[in-house]
Amino acid sequence: MKGAAYDLLGVTRVYDGRRVLSVRELAVQEGEILAVVGPNGSGKSTLLRLLNFLEPCSAGEITYFGRRIEYPPPLDLRREVTMVFQRPILINGTVRDNLAYPLRLRSLQNRDRVEGLLAQFGLERLASASARKLSVGEYQRVALARALAAFPRVLLLDEPTANLDPYSVALIEGIVQSVRAAGRTTQVLITHNVFQAKRLADRVVMLLEGDVIEAGNTRHFFDDPRDPRTAAFVRGEMVY
Amino acid sequence: MTFWQSLIDAARLLLTGYPELWRVIGLTMQVTGSALAISAVVGIPVGAAIALSRFPGRHLLVTVLYTGMGLPPVVVGLAVYLFLSRRGPLGGLDWLFTPPAMIVAQAIIAFPLVAGLTMAGIEGVDPDLRLQLRSLGASQAQVVRALLVEARGGVLAALLAGFGGIISEVGAAMLVGGNIAGQTRVLSTAIVLETRQGEFALAVAMGGVLLGLAFGVNALLLGLERRPNWRTGR
Repeated sequence: MKGAAYDLLGVTRVYDGRRVLSVRELAVQEGEILAVVGPNGSGKSTLLRLLNFLEPCSAGEITYFGRRIEYPPPLDLRREVTMVFQRPILINGTVRDNLAYPLRLRSLQNRDRVEGLLAQFGLERLASASARKLSVGEYQRVALARALAAFPRVLLLDEPTANLDPYSVALIEGIVQSVRAAGRTTQVLITHNVFQAKRLADRVVMLLEGDVIEAGNTRHFFDDPRDPRTAAFVRGEMVY
Repeated sequence: MTFWQSLIDAARLLLTGYPELWRVIGLTMQVTGSALAISAVVGIPVGAAIALSRFPGRHLLVTVLYTGMGLPPVVVGLAVYLFLSRRGPLGGLDWLFTPPAMIVAQAIIAFPLVAGLTMAGIEGVDPDLRLQLRSLGASQAQVVRALLVEARGGVLAALLAGFGGIISEVGAAMLVGGNIAGQTRVLSTAIVLETRQGEFALAVAMGGVLLGLAFGVNALLLGLERRPNWRTGR
């Protein structure tokens, strides 16, 4: 039986005296897709940065696969988690260079893996193209492929399909689902698209002004929300 | 002697392989190359460190660095002279009027240019990239390396500015080198001497060589920047 990838207990994050995140209790189960929803400024991206060990929490405790994390965590542990940022930045080079980059950081052989990713993401034609000259959809696909290159144990996705056309959205959602089906990677997905959360997630957590106001499996979250604010959000009635 | 006659004589000197000329060219490359290498080895990491860290007094340090970019070479030469003179704190090295003294002076002149422009180049890279590189699993050293590659235009400009600042300077080379024939005479100091002595053909030939060297090094570095594998650091 799979356990928890993360356990957050009393975790807060404060910037310049302002509390932007406060999570009394939250677990992310191994192998699941957890969607994080909520309006802008609700602390979603901050949560992802904490899960990516990019910054310390101001108080509380984060346990990662049963191991309590002291910040900064060792490099080998940090390398188990990768993230696709809301505004990803590719390194200056070709698409192939970008996909090979995480593998090179880990001194891993990369030829077969990179070719496999190019095929999986429909990027063979662009393999030698400059990454800085791609369309928005291609750029986002490369960013996702790059994040997956080194077989992360956890993949964090910060609005990976924002501003994409339906074809690119479908492609990326398909990849996320195939990663889910392989069962080796836990995924945490921030999205503003409630339909996407419904399509992809096993569980959904709703953040509002830094607080977790509801967390539950996807069906209950959408069909029978406990909190009236969640119900309003699901109905598209919440004013941000 | 007319201007054109000087040019013709200069070309003849270059083509016939005037030995003194080649000795001066060799020493110029040795001194300037060594000074640039030292300033790059020290200046690039220092520039990167300042760009990537926040500490009390950083603003003052950056101001000092930028001020150093305009240091008059003759003032640097004077300071190095005083340090290396027999009664100076480093007089025991016995470096005054030797190539090492010239290398030290030129490295000091080039350092603020290399460090300051490297810092500016790295600061010009999107600050989010640093976080994203860490997210992909980069160690601190790997982040710095990747940022230097991203900022390679700025780093290259830093090296070219450093090189340009020292290959043609006269003041420091003259003060700490002494312009001794066969020992510390470099192109810039030789041009001054030959002009004063009325040897215009030789001075013009050396001026042409100096320009050619500057062009060659710039072309080499710019060519290196365009190589695709340099971009990704492989």
